[in-house]
Amino acid sequence: MTVLRTGSMYHKLLRTSVGTLVCIVLMSGAMLAAAASPRTASGKPDLSGIWQVLNEANWNLEPHVAAQGAVETLGAIGAVAPGIGVVKSGRIPYLPAALSQRNSNFLQRRTADPEAKCFMPGVPRATYLPYPFQIVQSDTDIMIVYQFAGAVRTIAMSNHKEAPADSWMGWSNGRWERNTLVVEVTGLNANWLDRSGNFATETRRVTERYTLMDANHISYEATIEDPAVFSEPWTMQMVLYRRMEPGARLMDFRCVEFAEELMYGDLRKQEGK
Amino acid sequence: MSRPARVGLGAIVIGILALSAPLEAASPYRAPRTSWGDPLIQGVYTNNTNVPFERPPELGTKEVYTEAEYESRRNAPAVVETTTVVTDVHYQTSDFGLDPSQSVMVWNPRTSILDRPANGRMPPLRAEAQQRSDAARAAQQAHAFDSAQNRPLQERCLIWAHEGPPLRPVGYNSLVQIMQTRDYVVLMTEMIHDARVIPLSKTRPEFGELKRWQGNSWGRWEGETLVIETTGISDKVTPRGSSVPMGPEGKVIEKITPTGPNSIRYEFTVTDPSLWDEPWGGQFPMEISSDPLLEYACHEGNYGLPNTLRGAREDERAGGNRQ
Repeated sequence: MTVLRTGSMYHKLLRTSVGTLVCIVLMSGAMLAAAASPRTASGKPDLSGIWQVLNEANWNLEPHVAAQGAVETLGAIGAVAPGIGVVKSGRIPYLPAALSQRNSNFLQRRTADPEAKCFMPGVPRATYLPYPFQIVQSDTDIMIVYQFAGAVRTIAMSNHKEAPADSWMGWSNGRWERNTLVVEVTGLNANWLDRSGNFATETRRVTERYTLMDANHISYEATIEDPAVFSEPWTMQMVLYRRMEPGARLMDFRCVEFAEELMYGDLRKQEGK
Repeated sequence: MSRPARVGLGAIVIGILALSAPLEAASPYRAPRTSWGDPLIQGVYTNNTNVPFERPPELGTKEVYTEAEYESRRNAPAVVETTTVVTDVHYQTSDFGLDPSQSVMVWNPRTSILDRPANGRMPPLRAEAQQRSDAARAAQQAHAFDSAQNRPLQERCLIWAHEGPPLRPVGYNSLVQIMQTRDYVVLMTEMIHDARVIPLSKTRPEFGELKRWQGNSWGRWEGETLVIETTGISDKVTPRGSSVPMGPEGKVIEKITPTGPNSIRYEFTVTDPSLWDEPWGGQFPMEISSDPLLEYACHEGNYGLPNTLRGAREDERAGGNRQ
């Protein structure tokens, strides 16, 4: 019995020790991560850098299996890559009429998706397009420059104002909540949210949350409120990865020239005329 | 000369010097600093100006108007300089805020933005370059209305000439936003929302062989002045006065110097021995804008391009010819 009791105590002590050790390791990891996260001179988290997602959200925000793409002649190059989804609640809470609109969009996606036309992607789609973007964090305001379509927006960190007009990239007012950059985006034009026809209207409000997980990863969340199409606010969540290649920089993707045949090809001069 | 006359002349000279001081003098102004110690130039500026890009030929090498001439011009109706847009019924400039005088204007007494060459006018292309340019222009014009891809870059909303480098005033939507970090400066032109992200370093970064629409720019601080050097501008882009692109030795140097709490001086020099025998350049002031910079969604609202092509196709159906 003594042996058993001793053994029981030994195992209890061992479990306690292991548990304590795990806690210490986890806490140390968190502390190290926090310590490793860069800060600006003013002590704010420094989000500066070139970032990009590694996910399939632009194909479809919701969970989806692989599928034939909109252009069959592209073969596997144009196929839809499968993704586990980035919507925290799993599915987007569409109102019935809006869901019908989403499904209609899907059928017309080859020509109707604003991405195909090289229109500015709006927020939050600009974040998870498969192109890098650069956060330029000054002493005061923050600018985000996106490679796709040369889209750009400035996040006002003070002197907040109402959106003076609707626009493709919206009007961004930002603030710090402890270590998280919170950005309220309004004044957005109606736009698609992915290549599957998910969409939101010009009445939406987007609240973004950027939190450094460590020096090279950002936890990104975007909550969308749009009573015109959704029964309740919903949130997407994903990780942004720092582009770390030596010499990494934004390149040109002035995609207008790649959209012209799609948009204006029917107006091309015909041979013999 | 009588004393009153001398005093009057002196006043005029002082007036001219005062007016031109922000542009002409080595700036004694020391700007506030960023948290890392660089001169602070961040802000939204306007470069809307009363000054034409090239000097009227009759002014010769006269760089600055007299005070009397300058005041007279300030009180005269604004003249819209149109370099690309045909001012016809479609562009009722005063109706749509396209008249420069309807926006805040940064006045100055210079006779032209160009100050090199000394006559304030674009130098001629080299003879061989002129031939190439003429041929390229003729080829473009022969098929100018055939397709979207045959139209000028800015009509296609790919890039506008004033975005540079070098920057130059455009007449409306004349705002330029400067953002600063320790490692980058961004120059963003309102029209057409192009952000040029410029790395800052003591030595030129390695950009490789790839060209970019606005070239590969790098910047460095020389005292109070930000110096930006750009090479590798895309062959799709042609500089002012040429229908062919810059050669491999083409280079643009820009200098931005704070001149007061709300003003900066922008200077530029363009060099390309394949196109010109001599460099050319100029300067203009920019001032902090009280207006917000808004999104100029050129491509998304581009009705002009399809309508132009539609018109050409209608002409063809009608048996006309828009060559």
